[in-house]
Amino acid sequence: METKSVIETRELTKIYNGRPAVDKLSLAVNEGEIFGFLGPNGAGKTTTLLMLLGLTQPTSGTAKVLGLDPSREPIKVKSKIGYLQENMGFYSDLNARQMLRFIAELNGFSGNHADARIDAALERVGLTDEAAKNIAAYSRGMRQRLGLAELLIKDSKVAFLDEPTLGLDPDATNRMIELIQSLCRDKQMTVLLSSHLLQQVQKICHRVGIMIKGRMVAQGPLAQLSEEKFGVGKETYSLEEIYMKYFQEA
Amino acid sequence: MHSLVTIIKKELADHFSSYRFTILFALIAMVSLITAYMVGLNIREELEGVAKPRFIFLMLFTSSGAIFSLVQFVAFFGPLVGLILGFDTINRERNEGTLSKLLSQPIYRDTVINGKFLAGVVMITVMMVSIVLVITALGLILLGIVPGVEELWRIFVYLMISIIYISFWLGIAILFSIFFRSTATSALAALAVWIFFSFFVSIGANILANALAPGADAANPEDLLWRAKIVKAFSLTSPMELYTDATATIIDPMRKSAHSVISLGPMERISMSRFSGPLPLSQSILIVAPYIISLIAITVVCFAISYIVFMRQEIRSL
Repeated sequence: METKSVIETRELTKIYNGRPAVDKLSLAVNEGEIFGFLGPNGAGKTTTLLMLLGLTQPTSGTAKVLGLDPSREPIKVKSKIGYLQENMGFYSDLNARQMLRFIAELNGFSGNHADARIDAALERVGLTDEAAKNIAAYSRGMRQRLGLAELLIKDSKVAFLDEPTLGLDPDATNRMIELIQSLCRDKQMTVLLSSHLLQQVQKICHRVGIMIKGRMVAQGPLAQLSEEKFGVGKETYSLEEIYMKYFQEA
Repeated sequence: MHSLVTIIKKELADHFSSYRFTILFALIAMVSLITAYMVGLNIREELEGVAKPRFIFLMLFTSSGAIFSLVQFVAFFGPLVGLILGFDTINRERNEGTLSKLLSQPIYRDTVINGKFLAGVVMITVMMVSIVLVITALGLILLGIVPGVEELWRIFVYLMISIIYISFWLGIAILFSIFFRSTATSALAALAVWIFFSFFVSIGANILANALAPGADAANPEDLLWRAKIVKAFSLTSPMELYTDATATIIDPMRKSAHSVISLGPMERISMSRFSGPLPLSQSILIVAPYIISLIAITVVCFAISYIVFMRQEIRSL
């Protein structure tokens, strides 16, 4: 079956201070899939996401998100992508409802229409009871779920999740993972997930890409990577073993 | 446009609910009340048994009560208001990680900085207008004199100039909040600039004049004029001086020049005293127009620099 690729980059390069942060990256993510974006810290994952959002201009190469060029039409792209950043920032003196209201208004929703969206999003991520509390009093897991609620407000077709499970306790991690999976299933959301928790990635991602020192060293379904590295087609090797193998070779 | 309004609304809500603003406002309200009260009492004493001069109402703003007049007060401490409103505009959001969240929403980058600047200007306007209204009300009660139409216009022009002046300092503060990562550093840097222009420029102007025109002969008017010109030229680098000069003839209709040294012959002196009527407002504005325009220009330049720096900054470092 031929699937439409939602995110596509060709030879995407970003040079910071003379050193390439992202080096000729070619990437394709299909509609409705969860793509695991792996790699050590400083490998250029966040830079890639920023370029795809149109927040950073690529030095060379092209990127297409939903058929749009982020560096030419950043507003259109940003209205369709939900970005959950690594160190998620919230205005801690607001409560969840106010925060979501602010996001809704920035995205052009107001009045009753916005209220309905906010209620639905809070319900979905299970924060309805805590909606009136200041975000300052939220736990890390609650903040991450609030971040997902923001994506629901925007009704994004594409979500960039940068370390969504970082620093969460096991219970919150599971809850977060399940939430991401269900969103992807129900809303046909395409998810680009960057994470270090390889077990979780293995569990939920359809395909993975491994990025090391700005280069994409491997890309594809787990079974394919396993075959490339170990010559075994079946998933006998865990993602962790594959990842370490690539990492040592790089 | 819609997102600009959203950001302004959010910023205003933040300002009004912050302790910082409450404290600042209380302080300023207190000082202006006391100043107006003292001045009002002074004027009442002075005017006993004297024919009522014109523009008595404006004296509420210009004559110094216990320490200084309201106009001097705004010239001196107005900048502090601008700095306090703006010193952590961008870097606080950067430190809390909300800046990149804001920028990943479908808004242009300049909407953020425009919205924040405009919200600050609204705050300044609210503050200045309420202070002037308080003083006007006190004036009505203490002096029992209703301001004339021209006086109201003068107060209005004065308000506009003051708002631009304080907005300039807001712009300086925003600029530093873009440059420096830490809010403490940007606050200190902004304070340093304020102190430099408020204290050192006037001292420096005199030192410079002494160096360039040593032994200026007090009897030689040309020497004196030359010296005065040096002092003036140098002190005009200070926005405070610009502001003081810009408002000088606006709020005081009897003043006919923004110059501090006017050399007069005996005949001129006589004619001056014969025709000592007040200037019409349009003429007052005309005299200080260069200062007003310069004040607007430096405000615009300052905001433009913040704008360019902010637009060019890499998001990575945000």
